[in-house]
Amino acid sequence: MAETVLTNPGKSPAQTAGWKGIAADWSSDQRAFKNVSWGKAMMWIFLLSDTFIFSCFLLSYMTARMSTTVPWPNPSEVFALTIGGHHIPLILIAIMTFVLISSSGTMAMAVNFGYRRDRVKTAVLMLVTAALGATFVGMQAFEWTKLIMEGVRPWENPWGAPQFGASFFMITGFHGTHVTFGVIFLIAIARKVWRGDFDVARRGFFTSRKGHYEIVEIMGLYWHFVDLVWVFIFAFFYLW
Amino acid sequence: MVDVPYDRIADVPPAEVPEVELYHPKSWWTQYVFSQDAKVIAIQYSLTATAIGLVALVLSWLMRLQLGFPGTFSFIDANQYLQFITMHGMIMVIYLLTALFLGGFGNYLIPLMVGARDMVFPYVNMLSYWVYLLAVLVLASTFFVPGGPTGAGWTLYPPQAILSGTPGQDWGIILMLTSLILFIIGFTMGGLNYVVTVLQARTRGMTLMRMPLTVWGIFTATVMALLAFPALFVASVMMLFDRLLGTSFFMPALVEMGQQLKYGGGSPILFQHLFWFFGHPEVYIVALPAFGIVSDLISTHARKNIFGYRMMVWAIVAIGALSFIVWAHHMYVSGMHPTFGFFFATTTLIIAIPTAIKVYNWVLTLWRGDIHLTVPMLFALGFIITFVNGGLTGLFLGNVVVDVPLSDTMFVVAHFHMVMGVAPIMVVLGAIYHWYPKVTGRMMDDWMGKFHFWVTFLGAYLIFFPMHYLGLQGVPRRYHDLGEATFITPSVHALNAFITVVALIVGFAQMVFLFNLVWSYFKGRPSGGNPWRATTLEWQTPETPPGHGNWGKELPVVYRWAYDYSVPGAKEDFIPQNQPPATRAVQGAAT
Repeated sequence: MAETVLTNPGKSPAQTAGWKGIAADWSSDQRAFKNVSWGKAMMWIFLLSDTFIFSCFLLSYMTARMSTTVPWPNPSEVFALTIGGHHIPLILIAIMTFVLISSSGTMAMAVNFGYRRDRVKTAVLMLVTAALGATFVGMQAFEWTKLIMEGVRPWENPWGAPQFGASFFMITGFHGTHVTFGVIFLIAIARKVWRGDFDVARRGFFTSRKGHYEIVEIMGLYWHFVDLVWVFIFAFFYLW
Repeated sequence: MVDVPYDRIADVPPAEVPEVELYHPKSWWTQYVFSQDAKVIAIQYSLTATAIGLVALVLSWLMRLQLGFPGTFSFIDANQYLQFITMHGMIMVIYLLTALFLGGFGNYLIPLMVGARDMVFPYVNMLSYWVYLLAVLVLASTFFVPGGPTGAGWTLYPPQAILSGTPGQDWGIILMLTSLILFIIGFTMGGLNYVVTVLQARTRGMTLMRMPLTVWGIFTATVMALLAFPALFVASVMMLFDRLLGTSFFMPALVEMGQQLKYGGGSPILFQHLFWFFGHPEVYIVALPAFGIVSDLISTHARKNIFGYRMMVWAIVAIGALSFIVWAHHMYVSGMHPTFGFFFATTTLIIAIPTAIKVYNWVLTLWRGDIHLTVPMLFALGFIITFVNGGLTGLFLGNVVVDVPLSDTMFVVAHFHMVMGVAPIMVVLGAIYHWYPKVTGRMMDDWMGKFHFWVTFLGAYLIFFPMHYLGLQGVPRRYHDLGEATFITPSVHALNAFITVVALIVGFAQMVFLFNLVWSYFKGRPSGGNPWRATTLEWQTPETPPGHGNWGKELPVVYRWAYDYSVPGAKEDFIPQNQPPATRAVQGAAT
């Protein structure tokens, strides 16, 4: 279908200041957010909804932690590793955090190269991001295994309040699932970039819509969000 | 009356959004079954919701039989009664009303009313329906698993929801929570579509402040649902872990049958907070689309512009925002600090202000209007009256001191059935009579419609008015058998029997409605494209029912708001939104 013909290239209405101006801008013709594509708008709104999910998880965890009458296990002890004879608290979490934050950097670079339509660099950087994400999930699996070996269960643990294990597995599990889905989609989109789908406007298998390089940025939004959530989990669960 | 401003044609700006190509179905399967067309998805949603809603209707008959004639029906025991209550509530609130308003009406009306060809992500929209169907099937399957469905009450309060004394402890509660999680995933996929379509995919000239109030209501409700359902999602996940993994999120230390359970340290109140952070917005998720739709029904059938359009929009938005800070008024008896009770009572009563604005504006729209008592109009009027009734008892229950003695009595049952049961259902029915001609191209039978309205409307009052009295008597809700007690007077039993008889009659009147739906599809009078002479875009489609892509070759251009009825000087008593203001000259000549 052809683009709608611009029959009336009039001037844009005068801007009003203050709240009225904001309301007028929001409610103006055709779309509320100018220059924002449908996909990007959808991802932002989805992330807003997802924020509420993580907020509820974290608030529930904090409620449990604050109201428990049994001592809460000390995270710096629990998450310490002995490496080369040195007992270093929170070392694994520090590395995991570093890896995930770095992956945000490579993701941002991928978005940049995507807009320059640099097929190869975009794909490679996305794959690097995916690899870092997979590393993160792998280290999380290691951490889970270590804790399970030490006797941590969703219903009990050797050091105190049973909600520790329950909250830990639930929150990091839910976040890890987000990272895993991100890795899968990163690989899928990287494959499309590599193949040049967005240069030849190849149609999607399911949606039969033409893809754009913008999907790299939308993927990036999700990825940065998952990283940001991790920062909160890191602060509230491990550092508290 | 003359000061309805005409928009100048120069005010319609050039197109900002190029048209996006449409998905074209290639086979019968992708056209009717795995369809990506919002209109087909809407009908799939509506039929599924109606089907599961009928199950809930039958459950209400069974409950009423037990309450009206206790001991007569030996096949209803106490456990089953609790299961019926739970499933009736859950199905009606979530799987019927939410799905019908947002998935059904939202899918059908949003693209048509804002002048889009389809939802923005048709494929995701299709997935939304299929996940919803899966959720419904999982829910329905609980009737057939060992132990039957859960009997925890629709609020699923822990710790009793997952303890062995509650029916459905084996499978019922697990499948219920699974079904809720699925529903929320499915809804999120649809909800993102509705919100982005309204925000970003309107046709030229359709500013937000020209949208019909129907779209405003559905849009605001969807935004609320996207922010409220996460709390239910989290609560469901955590309770599922409590039940399956033995975690203690919501479970305190308990002794059951002399045995100390493994649980300990959890907080049942935490669940209540999470549940009602979802649960109270949920009331308005059901009510706001009803508010929007009823505004359009009243304006169209009274041939008058809606009174105070801007106020109506802001009232919808204000109600939506306020409803997120009132949730704990459902928890006055949970032992909360009086200061919190004071806070939540205040916010609750503040909601009455925007709500009252809406009611006044509906009445003022009717004032000196050219009221046509069509079936949709009857239902709209029935809604206003019922909603005012239910709203007034809401003021009772919003006050802590009045709520505490009335809590868990039939008064509460009467209140919420009036305000979020009967009132939205009135709108659903009115809306079906109103838009049926657009969906099928045929009118529904008027005589059957009027019969259906009067039996439903009067019957609803005969059912729920006496319940207020029962509640004030102290008759508790969710009781299988009232037994012998001094405060249970003979009039209580007489009224219960009376309510049961009326409930059965009203229930069977709905069969007339269903028959009318089917009969009119084949034998109804052909309606033409715009039988109600309405202004909004969905009535201006080139074909009826609207074809694939809704608008033929060119998208409509909108020049005016949705309520140009009985404009003085205009040739007709309605001016469609997409009619260019050539009539301005006519009016200029007339003055």
